[in-house]
Amino acid sequence: MAAGFKTVEPLEYYRRFLKENCRPDGRELGEFRTTTVNIGSISTADGSALVKLGNTTVICGVKAEFAAPSTDAPDKGYVVPNVDLPPLCSSRFRSGPPGEEAQVASQFIADVIENSQIIQKEDLCISPGKLVWVLYCDLICLDYDGNILDACTFALLAALKNVQLPEVTINEETALAEVNLKKKSYLNIRTHPVATSFAVFDDTLLIVDPTGEEEHLATGTLTIVMDEEGKLCCLHKPGMFPPLQS
Amino acid sequence: MEEETHTDAKIRAENGTGSSPRGPGCSLRHFACEQNLLSRPDGSASFLQGVAEKSRERLIRNTCEAVVLGTLHPRTSITVVLQVVSDAGSLLACCLNAACMALVDAGVPMRALFCGVACALDSDGTLVLDPTSKQEKEARAVLTFALDSVERKLLMSSTKGLYSDTELQQCLAAAQAASQHVFRFYRESLQRRYSKS
Repeated sequence: MAAGFKTVEPLEYYRRFLKENCRPDGRELGEFRTTTVNIGSISTADGSALVKLGNTTVICGVKAEFAAPSTDAPDKGYVVPNVDLPPLCSSRFRSGPPGEEAQVASQFIADVIENSQIIQKEDLCISPGKLVWVLYCDLICLDYDGNILDACTFALLAALKNVQLPEVTINEETALAEVNLKKKSYLNIRTHPVATSFAVFDDTLLIVDPTGEEEHLATGTLTIVMDEEGKLCCLHKPGMFPPLQS
Repeated sequence: MEEETHTDAKIRAENGTGSSPRGPGCSLRHFACEQNLLSRPDGSASFLQGVAEKSRERLIRNTCEAVVLGTLHPRTSITVVLQVVSDAGSLLACCLNAACMALVDAGVPMRALFCGVACALDSDGTLVLDPTSKQEKEARAVLTFALDSVERKLLMSSTKGLYSDTELQQCLAAAQAASQHVFRFYRESLQRRYSKS
């Protein structure tokens, strides 16, 4: 009976729960889902982390490679994030070039890295003007159940903390880079940005950590990224959805 | 027939809110607007303010979708094409204004008008509305907001840089005050256009 009502009038079904200040999965309005983190599971990557926020699962792998720095920033390395939402995580995604949601998420992660200064790009410099590190951060969603931005930010932070870069010296005579794999050091993580996403219901209620269904029924979403000093790195409010006719 | 309406509006808005060390005089740059300048599309507008990309497109699209009454035009695609003629700062805000004016010019039914306002925070916390490219580059944070005309509600926000939450409230209040001037400009330019014909 309840399942039938939920199919026919999902918004009304939801409002019944919201009136009692709770949600269908039993959470309060301000409660996050159970979060689990698994660090360093990918041995082929320089740093990795798997984050589960309820059902939403995101894995992040960081690979470090050499690159030549650009001429206008000769002592700055690169951090290149890429968010991939493959068809296996949800039926709404098709295979092929990255869709709009994946591109927006990639841009969001790039903005968070840039704004929060999580890594000082100068720390990635090996030899100014000649050789710098580039960190390719690949975030892959394995299960999409809402709140992908929080999970991605968390996975990125955990993976970057796990990254160990080998020591590199430039040989004076041959001008080649020599990598000492036995001597590795962790990255210097300056701030710890944490993302919190909210779904807006009926223009009045704010719900933390929306699931996939809640995101679909909401009027809009809002993501705030703060670091440990309370400074806001990013306020991402990508507009409101047109209200569902109920 | 092409109607040209050049409305010069030099506006000054005093910002007295918040706890910034000096009360900055926030001024918006000179506006100009031309409507119906392309004959093929149903409506068009170019918005000059003072002198992006999938994420920018999505921000503009979501803002338009929130205000356009899509249910009155089922099975219809409304395409908004924005061409940057020149970028002198506050690009996203200018794009939002142009999109709104074009939708009005096309006669698309909307539940409210919207406008974009950008503000920049420099290293000592001074707020500058409608920053130029140089001010944006030197700023610690640049915040762009889309506000609706009915209740000055926040429809969309896109921010770059680090700032505190009190600074956010300040910027939002300043943007809401500035949006009044933008909406008044919309009204004046439309009145001028329709009164001539």
